[in-house]
Amino acid sequence: MSTNGAVVRGKPGRWALHRRRATAGAVQGGPSWRPRGVAQWAGAILVMTFVTAWAVVSLVPLVWLFTTALTPSSALLRIPPDVSVRNFSLDNFKLLQERAPLLPRWFLNTVLVASAVTVFNLFFDTLAGYTFAKLQFPGRDIIFWTILCTMMIPGQVTLVPMFMIVKALHWYDSYFAILIPAMAGVFGIFLMKQYIQTLPSEIEDAARVDGCSEFGIWWRIILPLCKPGMAVLGIFVFMAEWKAFMWPLIVLKTESKFMLEQGLATLQQQFFTDYGLLMSGAAFSALPMILVFFVFQRYLMEGWSVGGVLKG
Amino acid sequence: MPGAMSPTVASARRYGRNPYLQTLRLIRKKKWAYVFIAPDILLFLGFIVVPVVRSFMLAFQEFRLSGNVWVGLDNFKYVLTDPVFGAAMRNTALYTVVMVPQNIIVALLLASILRHLSERTQSLFRAAYYLPGVASAVVISMVWKWIYDPNFGLFNFLLSRIGLGPYPWLTSPRTSLFSIMLMGILAAPGGFIILYLAAMKKIPRDLYEVADIDGATPIRKWWNITLPLLKPTTLYLAIVSTIGSFQIFTAAYVMTQGGPGYSTTTVVYLIYNTAFRDFEFGLASAQAVILFLVIVAVSVFNFRRFSTDVQY
Repeated sequence: MSTNGAVVRGKPGRWALHRRRATAGAVQGGPSWRPRGVAQWAGAILVMTFVTAWAVVSLVPLVWLFTTALTPSSALLRIPPDVSVRNFSLDNFKLLQERAPLLPRWFLNTVLVASAVTVFNLFFDTLAGYTFAKLQFPGRDIIFWTILCTMMIPGQVTLVPMFMIVKALHWYDSYFAILIPAMAGVFGIFLMKQYIQTLPSEIEDAARVDGCSEFGIWWRIILPLCKPGMAVLGIFVFMAEWKAFMWPLIVLKTESKFMLEQGLATLQQQFFTDYGLLMSGAAFSALPMILVFFVFQRYLMEGWSVGGVLKG
Repeated sequence: MPGAMSPTVASARRYGRNPYLQTLRLIRKKKWAYVFIAPDILLFLGFIVVPVVRSFMLAFQEFRLSGNVWVGLDNFKYVLTDPVFGAAMRNTALYTVVMVPQNIIVALLLASILRHLSERTQSLFRAAYYLPGVASAVVISMVWKWIYDPNFGLFNFLLSRIGLGPYPWLTSPRTSLFSIMLMGILAAPGGFIILYLAAMKKIPRDLYEVADIDGATPIRKWWNITLPLLKPTTLYLAIVSTIGSFQIFTAAYVMTQGGPGYSTTTVVYLIYNTAFRDFEFGLASAQAVILFLVIVAVSVFNFRRFSTDVQY
């Protein structure tokens, strides 16, 4: 698999992230093709309609989520449903405050746990990525590939024993159960290794000659240089943790400790046809992710193109 | 006593040719590398290797409060003759057989079209296709449950406008699995498209220029140049998305609770219920081990099917 291509071809220490300007005007490697004649124009228009239509259809669920979150249930459960901007109100959110008083708590829990997991991942994955990328030591490749292969093992296979381990460590119903197993990730280690490999070694060598410790080299030289890579990793980890559902469902029992997704699923079971209410709750989960997407879109795309090779 | 000797210059000279001592010396010299990856190694041992081994052991045991009892192949015999597990396997297999090729083909087609557009239009479409994917599976399932509502849902409302329906969507065992698949089919595989676009950028342009000189048509070029050179990406996506779709859980949990009947019970949903509703840890582990073996077999098949030694 040509995972290195995009990385190696860039200037040292930079992904396409920084090369974007340089290539913006150029044809993107694809064969440029302009329609000629009526038949080709018709074909091109047909194809573009198809591409656009699919994009619109993909977006329908999100649009439906937010419009119905803003429409009172009384209007939604009418035949035909009365969904129009005229009806928009915050009634559902007021009702949500009453019926699901714990929702802000779940939101806060999710923010805190996801942030903590992200910080741990940034630390451990970058450290391991640096070690695998730059340090020579016996067993390096074997260890790296063994860790990488574990990724093939689906989490569901280990669900029961993981639950038993969590019980035995008295982590059941505590955030340790979520936090500690997620402190480092294969995807992150691979991503950071790929990134750090592209950094020049001269500065490290100079620092080593000057008597800087190995940890000091990582902390003072590597970390500041891999901020763009860490941004990519941080966003991916944060989003994945935000969306995590099955594991919190298994290890958290007290309702006030729930993560947001888990809380939403319980709301769904409590108020199963009060769709306005449910959608306003779902908006609490979807909106932050959409904001993260718009703010960090560039990094997300970059993560997919470089490390996406590992992320499902 | 050579073992107790410190690795001084003298001993280095004396035992320099002994490969074991050389390695030992190197390990001592590079001890920081091992310290840096120690946290990751511990996490992988504790939360992947140990659970996997335990999972295989549990599959041959019956869980009792007084302690586990070895029961040989009993769990496997039970699971493999259990009609519910059979139904779950069939549902999961059908879902995978439809979703994986569909996602890959759609991503390939959309990416093949998008690559001819300007960078700016491309990024617009990439965002539109990727955006629905940033919402969590719980949120998306909640929205679709609402869209599929037999009385007030968007689909039956739209169908009633053209004189069709109402369709039962999720409430009939004949259509429920199809409805869950439709939800995935209508969402464009945003990440896959980004990955394909990135892979297409790496195809050297001169290949297409040579084909132009030979008078190849665009479709010819796509079939004979683009497709074969994308094979590594396709292989990767086939493996990853097969593993992913074998693990489908959230839609079954949130939308249908596996029903009606067992029509949408997936293997992971069944594992979850066996373990955490019925507390049959041995049976759940046997189910998980079978799932794992199936995933490995299918991944090997995919690898054989799509693997090439593409170099360019």
